Amino acid sequence: MAVIDLANPTRFLTLVNRVLPWLAAATVLLFAFGLARAMNAPDDYQQGATVKIMFLHVPAAWLSMMGWGLMSVAALGTLVWRHPLADVAGKAAAPIGAAFTFICLVTGSLWGRPTWGTYWVWDARLTSVLVLFLLYLGVLALYWTAEDPGRGSRAAAVLTLVGAVNIPIIKFSVDWWNTLHQPASLIRMGGSAVDPTILWPLLIMAGAFTLLFFTLHLAAMRNEILRRRVRGMRIIQAQEVRA
Amino acid sequence: MTAFTAIVVRDMRLSIRVGGGALMGALFFLIVVTMMPFALGPDLALLARIGPAILWLGALLASLLALDRLFATDHDDGSLDLLMMGRMPLELAVAAKAIAHWLTTALPLIVITPVLGLMLNVELRAMGTVALTLLAGTPALTFIGLIGAALSVALRRGGLLLAVLVLPLTIPVLIFGVAAANAAIVGPAPFGPPFTILCALSLASLVLGPVAAAAALRHGLE
Repeated sequence: MAVIDLANPTRFLTLVNRVLPWLAAATVLLFAFGLARAMNAPDDYQQGATVKIMFLHVPAAWLSMMGWGLMSVAALGTLVWRHPLADVAGKAAAPIGAAFTFICLVTGSLWGRPTWGTYWVWDARLTSVLVLFLLYLGVLALYWTAEDPGRGSRAAAVLTLVGAVNIPIIKFSVDWWNTLHQPASLIRMGGSAVDPTILWPLLIMAGAFTLLFFTLHLAAMRNEILRRRVRGMRIIQAQEVRA
Repeated sequence: MTAFTAIVVRDMRLSIRVGGGALMGALFFLIVVTMMPFALGPDLALLARIGPAILWLGALLASLLALDRLFATDHDDGSLDLLMMGRMPLELAVAAKAIAHWLTTALPLIVITPVLGLMLNVELRAMGTVALTLLAGTPALTFIGLIGAALSVALRRGGLLLAVLVLPLTIPVLIFGVAAANAAIVGPAPFGPPFTILCALSLASLVLGPVAAAAALRHGLE
């Protein structure tokens, strides 16, 4: 099925309704498996049991950036190709991305207290993720204040593309500046620096979080389409009452 | 280029005449900086240390406050529609408006910075450097704010929404502006790297700002 076929909301909704139960089931299964593996993973020789926060923190951080990436692609779809589903996809991704960014900040803060001795430091990685969170909230504010959904989504698309500048800054902040936050250790030249006993549970958890993101995203897109239909019906009804 | 300069001259004339409020930004800047010592206490050593940061924050807030008017009045009286239908690319027209806005709101602010620096006990020698960082950094604030102004006029919303949209994007400018100013005054980090990054931010937003603002206006007002 081509992307253009999905422009028909009814066709898209049938697809979502068929896929969503399977996706949700896979998410639950992978989470059960990943959490069990994470629980049985050995403690760190220095950090003890607190290293388990990583299994929530790192996937949430990845998905907070993927969420903005998805919104940027959707923004291009809205502004350049005018795909009718693109603005629905962008709008549905914004609150989910904001939630994952919030989880990343909170877990990171709770992890920082026992290991760094502080809940928060103003280093480049932490600050740039905080800015990402503020940008998410800005996009949400734009959606809240716009009366007309089409106009609001086009404005949000412009803001999303401008805010995308922040994503590489987050990714490379640990390389460009000397930060308290550790540099990338998973994907790097010369193989991963993480021990397999911890690496595998982490990757499984990352997969589970990604599935969760897409489950929530598809459900949110479905809700948004239905919400727009309700809005359209209300407008028609109001016109009929007046006539 | 005549159309470009015509827009710049027109906008400057409008903001200088009655109701334009060109000097309002500088006045606001003066008041904000005056209020800081009341909140922090008149400790001269402390003020000297955080003086550049206060000046930068004041400049940021003052330039934000004036952004509301950048497109709103033109949208109200219909001249924005004429600009959009005109033969000149909308990006250029928008850039001309931003340049006029910078000349009338940011430049007076930079001119009075040395006087305010005296009140904050910043050394005379360092005042030139702080003014220089503002001169290099405020174009970035204006051109990033241009995007927010275009978005908010397209949605017919202003005020706090504009601040919420624009402020996160201006954080890098604030970081490198204050870093450069502090490097010049207390050291020990060199002045060059943060200052050149500040210039780069201004140049990049000089390109990005008009393009994004024009896109926002086109998609928002169609």
